[in-house]
Amino acid sequence: MTVTDERPAAEVGAARRRKEDARLITGRTMWTENVALPGMLHLAILRSPMAHARLVRVDTAPALREPGVVAAFSGRDLPAMGLPCAWPVTEDMVHPDHPALAVDEVRHVGEPVAVVVARDRASAVDALAAVDVEYEPLPVVTDMEQALADGAPLVHRDKGTNKSYTWVFDSAAAGTGGSTEEAFANAPVVLRRRYVQQRLIPSFMEPRSVVADPTGDQYTVWSATQIPHILRFLLSVVTGTPEHKVRVVAPDVGGGFGGKLQVTPEEVIAFAVAQKLGKPVKYTETRSDSLLSAHHGRDQIQDIELAADRDGKVLGLRVKLLANMGAYLGLVTPGVPLLGAFMYNAIYKFPAYRFECTGVFTNTTITDAYRGAGRPEATYAIERIMDELAAELGLDPVEVRRRNWIGHDEFPFTTVAGLTYDSGNYEAATEKALSLFGYDALREEQKRRRESRDRVQLGIGVSTYTEMCGLAPSRVLGSLRYGAGGWETASVRMLPTGKVEVVTGTSPHGQSHETAWSQIVADQLGVAFEDVEVLHGDTRTSHKGLDTYGSRSLAVGGIALVNACQKVIEKAKPVAAHLLECDVNDLEFRGGAFRVRGTPTEEPGKTLADCALAVFAAHDLPDGVEPSLDADATFDPENFSFPHGTHLCAVEVDTETGRVSIRSYVAVDDVGRVVNPLIVEGQVHGGVVQGIAQALFEEAVYDADGNLLTGTFVDYTLPSAADLPDVVSDRTETPAPGHPLGTKGVGEAGTIASTPAVVNAVVDALRPYGVNDIRMPCTPERVWRALQGGAS
Amino acid sequence: MIPSAFDYARPSTVQEAVRILSEAGEDAKVLAGGQSLIPVLRLRLAAPSLLVDLGGIAELRGVSESGDELVIGAMTRHADILRDPLVARYAPLLAQATATVADRQVRHLGTIGGSLSHADPAGDLPSVSLALDAVMTIAGPAGERSVPASEFFVDYLTTAMQPGEVLVAVRVPKREGWGTHYEKFNRVAQAWALVGVAAAVRRENGSIAEARVALTNMGTTPLRATAVEQALAGALASADAIASAAASAAEGTSPSSDVSASAEYRTHLAKVLTRRAVAAAGGIDAA
Repeated sequence: MTVTDERPAAEVGAARRRKEDARLITGRTMWTENVALPGMLHLAILRSPMAHARLVRVDTAPALREPGVVAAFSGRDLPAMGLPCAWPVTEDMVHPDHPALAVDEVRHVGEPVAVVVARDRASAVDALAAVDVEYEPLPVVTDMEQALADGAPLVHRDKGTNKSYTWVFDSAAAGTGGSTEEAFANAPVVLRRRYVQQRLIPSFMEPRSVVADPTGDQYTVWSATQIPHILRFLLSVVTGTPEHKVRVVAPDVGGGFGGKLQVTPEEVIAFAVAQKLGKPVKYTETRSDSLLSAHHGRDQIQDIELAADRDGKVLGLRVKLLANMGAYLGLVTPGVPLLGAFMYNAIYKFPAYRFECTGVFTNTTITDAYRGAGRPEATYAIERIMDELAAELGLDPVEVRRRNWIGHDEFPFTTVAGLTYDSGNYEAATEKALSLFGYDALREEQKRRRESRDRVQLGIGVSTYTEMCGLAPSRVLGSLRYGAGGWETASVRMLPTGKVEVVTGTSPHGQSHETAWSQIVADQLGVAFEDVEVLHGDTRTSHKGLDTYGSRSLAVGGIALVNACQKVIEKAKPVAAHLLECDVNDLEFRGGAFRVRGTPTEEPGKTLADCALAVFAAHDLPDGVEPSLDADATFDPENFSFPHGTHLCAVEVDTETGRVSIRSYVAVDDVGRVVNPLIVEGQVHGGVVQGIAQALFEEAVYDADGNLLTGTFVDYTLPSAADLPDVVSDRTETPAPGHPLGTKGVGEAGTIASTPAVVNAVVDALRPYGVNDIRMPCTPERVWRALQGGAS
Repeated sequence: MIPSAFDYARPSTVQEAVRILSEAGEDAKVLAGGQSLIPVLRLRLAAPSLLVDLGGIAELRGVSESGDELVIGAMTRHADILRDPLVARYAPLLAQATATVADRQVRHLGTIGGSLSHADPAGDLPSVSLALDAVMTIAGPAGERSVPASEFFVDYLTTAMQPGEVLVAVRVPKREGWGTHYEKFNRVAQAWALVGVAAAVRRENGSIAEARVALTNMGTTPLRATAVEQALAGALASADAIASAAASAAEGTSPSSDVSASAEYRTHLAKVLTRRAVAAAGGIDAA
């Protein structure tokens, strides 16, 4: 018996420790901030303290007299460079210019007004105080409804409106369902609710940083970004620099959560200054800069109406959204709510659906993608109102879901929003979650506490979610007017010693691609996990790709990787046949070796390493065989993938103080086949925690003058481990069909599922007190006020 | 962020520190553990011309006994307090409150003297020093003087210390036979208290003989809940008596409204937390 056959097959599914950990944990790695180049200059950016003002004067000359200062620029001194928005969601979308450095007007606090360049960072920061700016204040609007009212101050005076767009989906018009008007007209039960998705700040661990280095006519840009490939393309477009003269490197990147899915003013300013001075420059933001000016997330007002019959069967759903764009449109700002538009129907089947979203400009920092991007908002609203329906009809919230969800035998299922869900088993995930949670016992305890009027009440929240991830089929993106495709690329290079280099077009910033990709390649090619090196993030080595967001890397990039591996095997076949002196058609590849079909596995055969060495020497190859096994593959998915799961949360609410404590949390996720359970669990934990943070802790707050009141972590309340529960995480596994890996994507699932589970639990605890909603975050004061019968 | 430029001095004796500070005048700042001052400098909310670092003065660190008092050096770190057997025995309230200060990193750098001198009403230790009747030993050009905690905290971030003066020690009366408790209410573990209550209770024969209650973050300085103390003195050690006394916890306070909580909510919390703190200190089940 030989074990070589079995070992590689065990890699996918194995709880491998991460290849990345040693260098990340010890900090012995390259972050953008660590880049130091000879003659490098440092940038400091003066940011507007005003939410809306005309720039009467920006005089940078006094700064030039400060020690160490080399140059200083206002928006007028640099070539006009508008920041890109890649998602014009409607033909008539109002799309204002977005200069990287303000020229005539500032429209939110934190907007860059001037840049000072100095020999060291401290001198640059010191000299900011010498820049002389005169602001002529203009009226400010920060509230979306006020912004849409007649006579409201205009964020962009030349546009005549604060409305960017209205985008509509109607199942009757789309032919995916019936008319909501009819559904609502005859419905015995109609519920109307307003939910508010507060503004959040994606708090990645590594602040954003950029280095731009002009050498000859080549520009190299290091950036703490999620999207080196998209950034390269757009820097080229924005600055007019030929694309082949731009190289972008995303070295190790410390988190993003969508917050680094952006082409930032700072990247463009650094590029322009480097171009102007002919010297390398660096800018690294402070945490305060980051909270103030890196894009924010969420910030929607959701008016949701649900029609149902008396048995709890949903008959129709209408959603009217206001989405706060902020002062400008970022890379995918207008499209974020659209990613939610197809998810309001969630795991349920009902006949009629209408969605309408209006994008609104305000004098605030732009919003854009934040973990889940549109889908957490949608899932929150539908899962909250499903609980309201249960309460209205006196049904158990789980039972209401059961009566409406798509049965496991109904897949593939085309929803009222027009998506085709490929697979799923909501029954199995829910059963498992209920049992791990001890649902019935907790309901019993809740009853006892209610009866005894316990000071601490128990609440139970459920959230059954699905999401569309694996962004995305290019054709679908095109139909939604998105500016790029959704394919992904991988290359496999066979080195002469049998080691393997893999290049991925995805761009990890915490997702463990090096580990997971190695596991996949080890199985595919029959090489050792340790013998695979995964390269990414540098457009010089990874020339092509669409980067990492939307839980796409494994679901899309993983298939490209498998396809590239298959091509390597195909290319090796004639070489192996030659080495084995047999016909290509008699070969089989199993356990990392080619053998004549039917040969016992004890025979060593010819491994890929043998073939790699043979093509390297190329002394003796058959005629017409290319002396290379390297291959690449680009894959465009035909459909999204649809992970799902059931999350259950038990909270205790102190009715005296309003404090909410999470007592237990169970997450059962079905993310298809799992490549590495440790990584999946890490993603679930991190995601759940971020979702809990939205439910209970985080909120970015502006005052009426447009000042960010939560500009440090003292006021922007991030929870730490001490504030969070142990998460019991488990899985069901319904492999994605028609997919060589069967994986579905897990990066956003926890965030999508957990927020409604927690808020449902808080509201559940307080229902006997007549409470049916608490605005997020459910702070102790809001809970206390709700208990006083006041507005929360 | 990067602070404005400043000069830096690291004296090795209190005398030397006082001399440097006196010469520098109002533009100098004392650096203790730096857990409040450094963030302020980095945000450029202050730009002193000179920092006088007390970290090199060995005599300022440590806890000792002197008759009926504990003498805690101003540069004693929070983490030292948490491990100190004398504090555990004679001033467990101080240890309990110190354990809630920020996070582990801060507790290993922050000092008791720095925390008291900074006089942030949201800080935990100022109200604890009030409840414990601590006395501050202050060194200045004219020598040493003592200021009781009740007179030390003058206003928001303002103490009775004059420019050129340095807090050298905190003297805490040994309390045996008292029950104590610090009840802190914050949004997350690392955050400042929305409201905190430090309580010390001495029981005698089923009654409360004496109680000292001090409030965190209910005004511009830490405050004694005098009305509560008076109501408790001689009261029955019962949940009802405590609840009734605690109802006046917010009397004479002036809490602020900010992004974390409204004054109204802080007022409510002060009452609830006072009831809980006193009950816990007195070993009484408050239900």
